[in-house]
Amino acid sequence: MVEYFLCMVLFCLGLYAILIKRNLIKIIIGLAIMEYAMNLFFILLGYKKGATVPIFSSLTEPHPEVMVDPVAQAMVVANVVIGLAVTFILVIIAILIYEKYGTFDIRDVNKLKG
Amino acid sequence: MLTLFIIIPLFGAFVIFLVGKYSKNISYFMGWIVPAFLSVLALSLVGTKETLTYQIGGWVQPLGITLVGDGLSLFFLPVINIIVFAAAVFSIPYIEKYTSKWIYFALFLVMQASMNAVVLTGDIFNLFIWIEVGGLASYALVCYKVEPEALESSFKYAVLNSVGLLFVLFGIGLLYAYTSTLNMAEIGRILHERPNLKLVGFVTVLFFTGFGLKSAIVPFHSWLPDAHSSAPSPVSALLSGVLIKSLGIYTLLRIMFNVFGFNLYISKLFIFLGLLSIITGGILAIYQKDMKRLLAYSTISQVGYIIFSFGLGTPLGMFAGFFHLVNHAAAKSLLFLTSGAVLHVTGEREMGKLGGLREKMPVTAFTSMVGSMSVSGVPPFGGFWSKLVIIIAAVQAREFLGASVAVGISIVTLAYYLKLQKNVFFGELKPVWNNIKEAPWMMCFSMILLAILCIGLGALLLPGVRAVFITPAVNVLAGGMQYCNAVLRI
Repeated sequence: MVEYFLCMVLFCLGLYAILIKRNLIKIIIGLAIMEYAMNLFFILLGYKKGATVPIFSSLTEPHPEVMVDPVAQAMVVANVVIGLAVTFILVIIAILIYEKYGTFDIRDVNKLKG
Repeated sequence: MLTLFIIIPLFGAFVIFLVGKYSKNISYFMGWIVPAFLSVLALSLVGTKETLTYQIGGWVQPLGITLVGDGLSLFFLPVINIIVFAAAVFSIPYIEKYTSKWIYFALFLVMQASMNAVVLTGDIFNLFIWIEVGGLASYALVCYKVEPEALESSFKYAVLNSVGLLFVLFGIGLLYAYTSTLNMAEIGRILHERPNLKLVGFVTVLFFTGFGLKSAIVPFHSWLPDAHSSAPSPVSALLSGVLIKSLGIYTLLRIMFNVFGFNLYISKLFIFLGLLSIITGGILAIYQKDMKRLLAYSTISQVGYIIFSFGLGTPLGMFAGFFHLVNHAAAKSLLFLTSGAVLHVTGEREMGKLGGLREKMPVTAFTSMVGSMSVSGVPPFGGFWSKLVIIIAAVQAREFLGASVAVGISIVTLAYYLKLQKNVFFGELKPVWNNIKEAPWMMCFSMILLAILCIGLGALLLPGVRAVFITPAVNVLAGGMQYCNAVLRI
């Protein structure tokens, strides 16, 4: 139970960084932390104590009951790829913003209002 | 058959990535032929009686990913593909002045593939993946111009939407932990057999946050005016016309009505958020000086109408919601395209600096008039009939407050559209604009196409047409849990 709790603490830390921090790069790091917390959550959902990797070593005696859930791990792999793409595009936008505005501070990046 | 809607645009995007660098004509050609072909295909599927399903890779349900084409999906497909087609034809002259046009069209087709896939998929994690893919393409397209405002709005859009989608992922994780499946029909069936109100309540809130951000209902609307006003105009037309509807409203409807089952709390939430959006969007739109920003706030207000009428929960309310959704998709895309034509010709989007363009750009002025009148609800355009049905449905459902708000804000809507028309197309022609010409013929073609749609969509009210286009979608929503039985074929 305590690991789920810690996972949510990590999630909230990332959310805190996004809401409070004023540096674009720190916001991106906050988003990455939230993504990792979510991945950890999925791994915890599929975890079983003392279980093995979900690979069938013999077809005559399969033991699916002593394996961790592979679906959750597959979802984590998909989510890592998506997270990579989002982080990639955010970093590129942040670099371009730095070129145009000369700063990473969101208080100075404020041409749009309302 | 259903897979074609996903494979063809992805294949088109792949071809553009391979050869677009060397020949821009191929990317132009792929850019319009793919949506045109898919529009015809989608229209040919309309009126299918039974629920179409397709198992990807041949895995049996509920193990593999299922594609589901029922009334609701088949209602959304033609809307998406026709609007994408109009926007793609419009883009060809519009992006002439920018560099790397092939990337633009490749992203355009990826976005189309993701919208088609979202409305077709029957797997909840697959739904999440396609929403992220569509989101990624749209973040890149919003900052395509690489201007300071575009970059700023794209960053805001990307961060807000990614956070919202992480909440959705959290909800998916909780649902998976309880039901041990990702198939939406199977989740619905298990939740029906073993109800768990605490879980469903919490997940509803998480999904409202994520999909509410996508569909820009009011507490989550702040990214929309920035992103819409600084994106290239065909992209704003696509974002406002179909992206927020297929990625936001469709997913909300599918999950709330068919998977969780509609109840009184969800109904009240829809009505409350809808009314809040109607009022906030409508009032903020009056104060805007920027043409595209005005249209963006108007989108928030009209999405509020759609959410409100679905929240009524009666078959008439659902019919009104779908009817208004189609009308708004056509009219708002048309308005963004006309604003794009004005921007292309004059390079100006402050309404105060324009004026009298009616003499120089008759086609743009006329089509913009049609779009404005349709959104603000002037007979005989489609928008009038859909707003009328929304108000009748609200009165029948005894939501008198909602009905009066809907009537009041539709007057406000008329006011700000008249302001737009007066400042841009009527009045004195300023001497600066003496040398401008009408927009290129490709732009005029797509504007006229959408204008004809705006006028013709009123015909959806006729019983025969309604039975083919909208009634199957209403039946799916009103049927609620029957979706699960139809997909699983129990």
